[in-house]
Order: sequence, then C-alpha cells, then structure tokens
Amino acid sequence: MTRTTVPVHLDINGDHHELQLEPRVTLLDALRDRLGLTGTKKGCDHGQCGACTVHVDGERVLACLTLAAQVEGRTVTTIEGLAREGEMHPVQAAFLEQDAFQCGYCTPGQIMSAVACIREGHAGSDEEIREYMAGNLCRCGAYPHIVAAVRQAALEVQS
Amino acid sequence: MTLELSLNQQPAHARQGSSIGQPLTRRDGFLKVTGAARYAADNHPPGMLYAVLAVSSIARGRVAALDVEAAKAHHGVVEVMTPKNRPALAADPDAKDHPFMFRLDLLQNDQVRYPNQSIAVVIAETLEAATEGAALLSPRYESLPARVGLDGAESFVPRGVGIGSPAVHHKGDVEVGLKSAKTRIEATYETPAQYHNAMEPHAIVVAWDGDRLSIDTPSQGLAMAQGRIAGLFGIAPENIHIRSPFLGGGFGSKGMISGPQVLGILAARLVGRPVKLVLRREQMYGPVGHRAPTRQTLRMGMDGEGRLTAIDHHARTASSTFDDFFEPAADASHTLYASPAIATSHDAVRLDTGTPLFMRAPGEATGSIALESAIDEAAHACGMDPLEFRLRNYAEVEPMTGKPFSSKALRECYRQAAETFGWASRPLQPRLMRDADGFLTGWGMGTATFPAIMFQAEAHAVLRADGSGLMETGAQDMGQGAWTAFAQIAADGLGLDIDRVEFRAGSSDLPNAGIAGGSGHTATAGMAIHNAGAAVIARLADLATGNEASPLFGAGNEGVLARGGRLYRRDDESRGESYAEILTRAGLTEIEGHGKGAPDPASQETYAKHAHGAVFAEVKVDPDFGQIRVTRLVGAFAAGRVINPRLVRSQYYGGMIWGISFALHEEAITDRRSGRIQNANLAEYHVPVNADVPSVEALLVHEDDPYVNALGIKGVGEIGITGTAGAVANAVWHATGVRPRRFPIRIEDLLG
Repeated sequence: MTRTTVPVHLDINGDHHELQLEPRVTLLDALRDRLGLTGTKKGCDHGQCGACTVHVDGERVLACLTLAAQVEGRTVTTIEGLAREGEMHPVQAAFLEQDAFQCGYCTPGQIMSAVACIREGHAGSDEEIREYMAGNLCRCGAYPHIVAAVRQAALEVQS
Repeated sequence: MTLELSLNQQPAHARQGSSIGQPLTRRDGFLKVTGAARYAADNHPPGMLYAVLAVSSIARGRVAALDVEAAKAHHGVVEVMTPKNRPALAADPDAKDHPFMFRLDLLQNDQVRYPNQSIAVVIAETLEAATEGAALLSPRYESLPARVGLDGAESFVPRGVGIGSPAVHHKGDVEVGLKSAKTRIEATYETPAQYHNAMEPHAIVVAWDGDRLSIDTPSQGLAMAQGRIAGLFGIAPENIHIRSPFLGGGFGSKGMISGPQVLGILAARLVGRPVKLVLRREQMYGPVGHRAPTRQTLRMGMDGEGRLTAIDHHARTASSTFDDFFEPAADASHTLYASPAIATSHDAVRLDTGTPLFMRAPGEATGSIALESAIDEAAHACGMDPLEFRLRNYAEVEPMTGKPFSSKALRECYRQAAETFGWASRPLQPRLMRDADGFLTGWGMGTATFPAIMFQAEAHAVLRADGSGLMETGAQDMGQGAWTAFAQIAADGLGLDIDRVEFRAGSSDLPNAGIAGGSGHTATAGMAIHNAGAAVIARLADLATGNEASPLFGAGNEGVLARGGRLYRRDDESRGESYAEILTRAGLTEIEGHGKGAPDPASQETYAKHAHGAVFAEVKVDPDFGQIRVTRLVGAFAAGRVINPRLVRSQYYGGMIWGISFALHEEAITDRRSGRIQNANLAEYHVPVNADVPSVEALLVHEDDPYVNALGIKGVGEIGITGTAGAVANAVWHATGVRPRRFPIRIEDLLG
C-alpha cells in the first residue's frame, strides 16, 4: 500500500498547526504522537472509557473516535489549554482540593468532561452530576470526590 | 561516612512531628490536573519507533504460519519480530528460580498456551503502520481443545497458595465441631475471573545504548523489575535505569515486569532504535495477570447461643497450564471469627489461560465475599441479627494461630459504622422494606480485614547547610499518594517543614523502596524514610553536642529534639540552633544518613497484625426487573496510624467501590468452546461508573499500634474491598430473600 497523506490544519488551544497526516490518524494520536500534547490519555481506543475526552467547538468529544481530519477548521481544547496564564481552571482547582483522583490517568478526561458538564447545565444536583459524568471511567474509584469537585466548581463558575 | 539505623529502632530524638496526620492535598496534584504528569507512554525519545503486538486468537495450540511478508510490505513497517529473529536472551523465559519469578511469553517458540498471548511484534515508523502490520500477519493456527472452567481439568492440591501459604490448614476437628452443633449451614459460592484493568495500559518506552538500558514503564516494584530484566538480558542491574514516576493504576498487574514489556525491550534491541510498545486494551486480558475464578464451599456449625463450633472453608481455583499462582481464598477464614475448629483447604485446576496474579486483595477479596455471605447465612439460621452474631463470635485472639492481635479496634468500627448507617432499625427478616417508589430495600453488612504486611526498603537522607533536606527512595505512586505521604514522613523524620524537603522517588537509581503492593508500601518505605531521617539527625546531633561552641554542647544524643530545621535541648528548649549553623560551623555543605524498613521478626512471631473494618450497605432492587442499585455504603476502618486522612479516605472509597464492583459488575466471560474471553473491553467487562456509586462514606477509626512498626502504620489500599462485597450481597438477600451464591449477582438469579 502506498502512503497517502493529506494536509490537516488544526486549531488546538489557540495554536495553529499544519500537519501532513494519513487520513486514518485519530485526533488522539495526532495530539499525543505528532503534537506532543500528551495530557490527553488513551485508555481503551474504543470510546469506552472517556480518558481521551477533549472539547471540539466547546463540546466534549472522544478524541480516539475522531479522525484528526474531521476537526479541520474547528476549535480543539485539550487539558493543556484549560489553565489561563498559569492559573488553574476552577474545575482543576476543585479536583485538586477534593482529591478527585488517585492515579491521575483518567483525570484529564474527567476534567474536560466536568467543564463541559457544568457548561451544559448538567451539574444541578449530585444525581445529575453522577449521570452526566458516567461516561468517564475511573478505576481507582474516585467517584464520590469527583462529584464533590464538580459540585464545588459549578458553584464557582456560576457565581 | 554514612550511618545506618536498624529496622524499627526508635528514634533517639523525640520530634514534634507536624506533617504526619495532616490532610495535605497531593503534591503531584497540580501535574495531574493540568495534564503535565508524564506517564510512561507520554515519552518520545528521538528516533523512536512504534511496536504493536500481534496476539493469539486461540487458547491452545501452535502458530502454523504468519504472513510476515505482507506486514513488512506495508508502508512504514520496519521490522517484524517472531520466534525466528527474536534476539537471544541470557535466560530461559520459562525458568523459575523463585516463586516471584513468573514465566513469560517472549516468542521462545511457536506454542500458544492462552488467548491474547504474544505471537509477534510489528515495529513501524508510526502507530498506525504498526497496527495495520500486525493485522496483516493473518496468523494460521493448529489448535487444540481449550481447557475452560473450574471443572475443565483434573484437580490437584497445590504445594502452596498465595505467597507460600500451605494449601491445607486446620486447628481442632471441624467434623466434631459440626457434629456437636445445634445449627449448621453449608453453601457454595462462585466468583469469576476478574481483570485489573488499570486505566493506563501497560506501556514501555525503551532505548538501548550499548549494553545500557533506559526505560520508561509503570512499575509497582522498580528493583524487582530491574533485577528481572538484568537476568533476562545478562546485563548488570545498575546498567538499567527505569523511570516510573506515575502509574496510571496498578492493582497488582504492574507488580512484576510482564512479557509484553520485555518484548518492547527485545524489539528495541532488534531494530537498534528506541521503541514504544503499549498494550491495546483487549491485550490486557491475558499476559498481565488476573484474579482467578473460585468456587468456595463453607460449612459452619453453631451452638444454641449462636457461637461457632466449626468453620470449614474449601476453595477450588485455577492457574495456567505453565505457571503457579493460586488464589488463597479460603485463608480468609483464618483471622476473623473465633471457632474451636477451623479447616481451610484449596485445590486447583490448570486451564488454558494467562497466569493469574495478585489483584487488589488477592485471596482476601474472593474469600471475604464467601465468608461474609456464609456468616450472614449462619446468623439467619440462628435467628440472630448479623451484627450481634459477629460480635458473639468476635475473635479476641487470631483464631487460627491463637496469637494476640497487635491492635484490633474492630468493635469500634462496628459501633461507629452501625450508628452512622442506622443499622439498629433493621428488620431481621428479608423482603420487609420498600421505599416510596416500591423498590425492595435491603440492609447488609460485612467485616473487612487485611493483614499488615511489610517488605524490605531503604532510604537515603541528606541535610544541607542551607537548611533544606533531601529524602530519596525508589517508591512507586500508583495513585495511593506516595509522593505526598512519604514527603510527610520525610519532613517529620528530618525535623523540617515539608516545604524545605526535596523528596525523590519513582526511579530505579534511588534506594530500593520495595514493592508497592500488599498494602505494605507506606509502612515499609515509610519506616525506611523515618529511619534515614533519624540517622542523619543523629549525626547532626553528634556534631552539635560534641562542640563547645554549640548551645547544645554536652546535651548528649538522648537530650536533643529536632523540629522546624533546628535542634533543641530536650531539657531546655530555649537552647537550640539551626541545622545550617551546625553544618556551617563544622565546615560541611551536607551530611547524609541511611535507613531501612523491614518487618520486625520478634513482633512478627508474637503478634497477629491486621487492619479491620466494618461495612454496611443499602441496596434497592426493582421487584419486577431485578435491577440492583447500591444506594448507600458506610464503612469504618481501623488501620493504625493515618499519615494523610485525605488520601486514606480516597483509598477506602476506591476499595469500597471495588467491593460494589465485585458484587455486582465484574466478570470476564470465557467462551467454553474457543477458550477466548468474550468481553475483553471496557464496554462489556463492567466496572462501576459514577452513576453506580450514589453514596459512600468512610469513617477513620483511631487506632494506636505499638507493635506493627515504630510509625504505627498498617495499610489501607486493599481492605476496602473486603467486607464491602459481602455487605452488598447480604443486602441483596435482605431486600429480596434470595441468597446470592454466584458473583457478580445477576438479575436472572433474583428473578429465578
């Protein structure tokens, strides 16, 4: 098979990247292997665990189920793009304070989901948070603290 | 010159420790919430290639053909490693010099002995090319019938179970005890094969430089991994540098270096370039260990007062056809309930599966769910409340050995958890409670226990003339909080504020910190850190008390306190001076000390050492559809001294959620015809999601233990599973009147 590559222009965390990629390259592998943005994690590569959650045009998306070429012309935000001028995003600060992680591997995905969950207006109650955060697996079992962190951050973001 | 303090030696100087016990947030937390924490697969050395495993899709047989040419013809593929061209090893991967050396599949031949066994490695310029190359190998097999299930082969009694425990154990005569009993129960419980499924797949990034190796890979035991790799490749351990600053979960599956990790090293050797190899999720169901299935039969006899007269606990388990690990499930009955007669026994079958391994609470988790279910059945047979029954059979000494407990605050755990849960209003009979929506509601309980284990560890401490300190030990943080808890112990050991302490860990060029497993890491490496601190402080004190110019002159080692970067006279705290002053006067830029952590053989002989806990669960069951929800969990745990309550609570939560998972979710399903695992992915192998865990509470019960070690630490990583799984099962019975006897509990079992 001959190698076919296509030019892909990616807007990630406000930076513009021009890449020459095979069409089969996922957004996740483009971020991690081509752009060195390794904060986004690969847990299953099948859209089952949520570790690779990023935002595309502000909505949460599984980077392992998205081809890099699909996000051409759209705005991508990863965990590295969340802090502003070295200041943690309120969700990041709440995760740290509430001990909402242990091994930390699912954490970037959890945080990206949590930011979107709050933005979507789905952080109104603990029950709602649990439901709308259910797409991000945490094998360490940090769920009670994740709920506490999302609840805390939602109050801060909304006030 | 360095000074060594022996294990468990009390420090010469009382220190007013202020870091230990504080609920500090994680010191590695900022890195983890910003995505800056670098896990093994995040490394990308220059010139790196990607390696992808091809794995067997049969359970037993041999690989007859691989289309290596097709793979090599794929653009970007650099090399295909098969048994024909795999670089030579210095040791046979099937050799087993000691029980902790597990046999590895390193392409030593064309044989297949379990599904998902590595059969080739494709190395390419990109991950995509390597992945496609692996698919193009299109293996053909000669297969043999797979041996599947706990009746799938002839059974035998293994020489030992777990870590060298005898397979058969008894005290008293259980048959006599059963005969004399007024009430008897007998029940058989089945637990499934489970897979660790850490969120981070096993990964390795390798670069060779001559006969030196640079490795990034998650490891729960850096020194053991280093030694194993050294033996396989015939190179000196000090030529191997392994970095494992963060593990994306381990749970036992990263305790030993696994076959795929070694294949990554071989691939890098073959192509002469750095290589990254990461397991695909489905490839984690085979070569990296699992929790073996069990079938456990318990017989219990009780007298007219509800006192146990006999406990007989038998477990059937399974190992692979080529190696030995036997889940010590029945041993759970050694420690919890008093009985004049106890017998435990194991037998096993050999199946076409990857070798099972330690998985969070190995033996304790499987054994506990059966034992706690049986205790619940026994209580009901005696017409007693399950808590009252457990208190009636409370063990004042360790039942199997008769040894006194080094400490045991289990009564307090029962009391606090029961009170918080509201247990007192529970009706004795099942199927009597419904909630406002008509759901059957049940309350159940279980006792939690886990041994307080210590391994061997070393640490190196430095005090510097600028008043700062350094503590080094190759400790491993897989999420339990080692970066933080050990820094707290180091700060107290050095008599410094934590911000003045540099703590180094997670690298094989640091002193051996032992394994992060068996819930023993904090106690073991913590004691090494504590003793290293004491050693360096002792040297500092010698410098001061022996010098006429010091306000501490003549105070003697016994009379000095170390705190906040200063030494004080114990008898007159107005007299003291800073570490910096002492070192500067002595003309030293720094001094160092070494410490070791290890179990104290004398107290080991004298005392039974265990952490304990009590867990209460509420479940709600849909009366029509049988769907089960755990709506409330309250656990209380006594595990000696708590270094950091914030982190410890997280460990308990995690363990308790694993308990829910054991009772209701997790199961690897093996196809009986092919021997393959049908649900080797995170969609069909169920683990709890956030919505499965409505309300969890963990109470930290105070416990002083002067015997486990000088710091009084037991361990918290695994105990949460035990007790919880049984509590959920018993709550399901209480809700429905149906006794769960196979796990995970299935809807059809409740409807049947």
